[in-house]
Amino acid sequence: MLSRRIIPCLDVRDGKVVKGVRFRDHVVMGEIVDLALRYRDEGADELVFYDITASPEGRSVDRDWVERVASVIDIPFCVAGGIRSVEEARAVLHAGADKISVNSPALERPALINELAEAFGVQCVVVGVDSLRDADGEWHVRQYTGDPSRTQALSRRTLDWVVEVQQRGAGEIVLNCMGSDGVRQGYDLEQLGVVRALCQVPLVASGGAGAPEHFRDAFLEADVDGALAASVFHSGAIAIPALKQALAAWGVATRL
Amino acid sequence: MSVVLVDAGGTNIGSVRYALQRLGVDAALTADPTAIRAADKVILPGVGAAGPGMARLRELGLVELMRSLTQPVLGVCLGMQLLCEHSEEGDTTCLGVIPATVRRFVEQPGLRVPHMGWNRLQAGREHPLLAGLREGDWAYFVHSYAVAPGDHALATTDYGGPFASVIARGNFHGMQFHPERSAKVGAQLLKNFLAL
Repeated sequence: MLSRRIIPCLDVRDGKVVKGVRFRDHVVMGEIVDLALRYRDEGADELVFYDITASPEGRSVDRDWVERVASVIDIPFCVAGGIRSVEEARAVLHAGADKISVNSPALERPALINELAEAFGVQCVVVGVDSLRDADGEWHVRQYTGDPSRTQALSRRTLDWVVEVQQRGAGEIVLNCMGSDGVRQGYDLEQLGVVRALCQVPLVASGGAGAPEHFRDAFLEADVDGALAASVFHSGAIAIPALKQALAAWGVATRL
Repeated sequence: MSVVLVDAGGTNIGSVRYALQRLGVDAALTADPTAIRAADKVILPGVGAAGPGMARLRELGLVELMRSLTQPVLGVCLGMQLLCEHSEEGDTTCLGVIPATVRRFVEQPGLRVPHMGWNRLQAGREHPLLAGLREGDWAYFVHSYAVAPGDHALATTDYGGPFASVIARGNFHGMQFHPERSAKVGAQLLKNFLAL
């Protein structure tokens, strides 16, 4: 049986891991390779690195640290950040990343998803979706969320985008529910559940983890394949071994 | 011992190379037929689609060479699928050194494709490639196409039904998962291959 994945997310800025609250006010959490090794040792199933300033600054991921991580890490990892072309994606994959995740550049030019899927197969192609409920009661996607001064609300509905990216070749979707991000009150189960019903590829929950029960609910109620979190892992508020033990006891398939 | 990684454009070449380095082996990345033929071990990594993978081997003039190798060969992920006869992916004729066909996972309710994440290996029979593997050990998979169980299967994995996760025939071996990304279990299996 396929296990559900616990995925620490490392936001990278200027070569360091940082964390903000509601995508703002970033503080440095530590060195990339140190944190990557720590999470590997603790039993993380996968790691995601977001070069959060790459897209707003109009540049691609810094490949040096991708290579450093790839040389020491023996679990899969995904890299995101300003990947705008097949060539940039190829460079990141060749540096040792297992998957690449696109977000803002896919919104700028949706055909990028098709091109990446064609070049590398859908299993390499993750689409990150930053989503927030607006006054009209609908969820809409956000762009350039790595930089609050440049973050844009788009008219594009989250649910339409989730369907479209799958048609274009997304092999996995990471849904970041911005309304719950960084505040540790639990994943947005309502939104995840609605997206799950439209999502035939693996779905990863992001935004809001504060307690082991939140992971349980995301897996058992929203039926997500993976759950991503950052601050609760960086701060030590949740230890991955204990989390996985708890999930196993709740009947969640877990790699122990 | 000389180990070569066949540079067929697979995107996991870097990570396989690093995994071998962690085992103390410096593998050369090459598309040179002479170097491939002379190596003690040959690894065909691969992430991507079957059609472009075979097209690349043809462009490099490596199809007949790969088929004729007599030293231990290991195909990883797409590399394993390319060792089979045919893949449904792009209706592609593959190397045909292992008598098996590659088919897409049939979508079922709750069964997401690609099959992505950690799943268990069930050894089907004794083989030095599986030395030290414990029943139900976890390996990391990312794929949409798979090989059915059969005589060639050394280990199987369940995802909406069993599929072959480790295959072998003669000197040709394949792993559907990514040993380079399967933590200690993966390192053990790579070590086993190097010891064949």
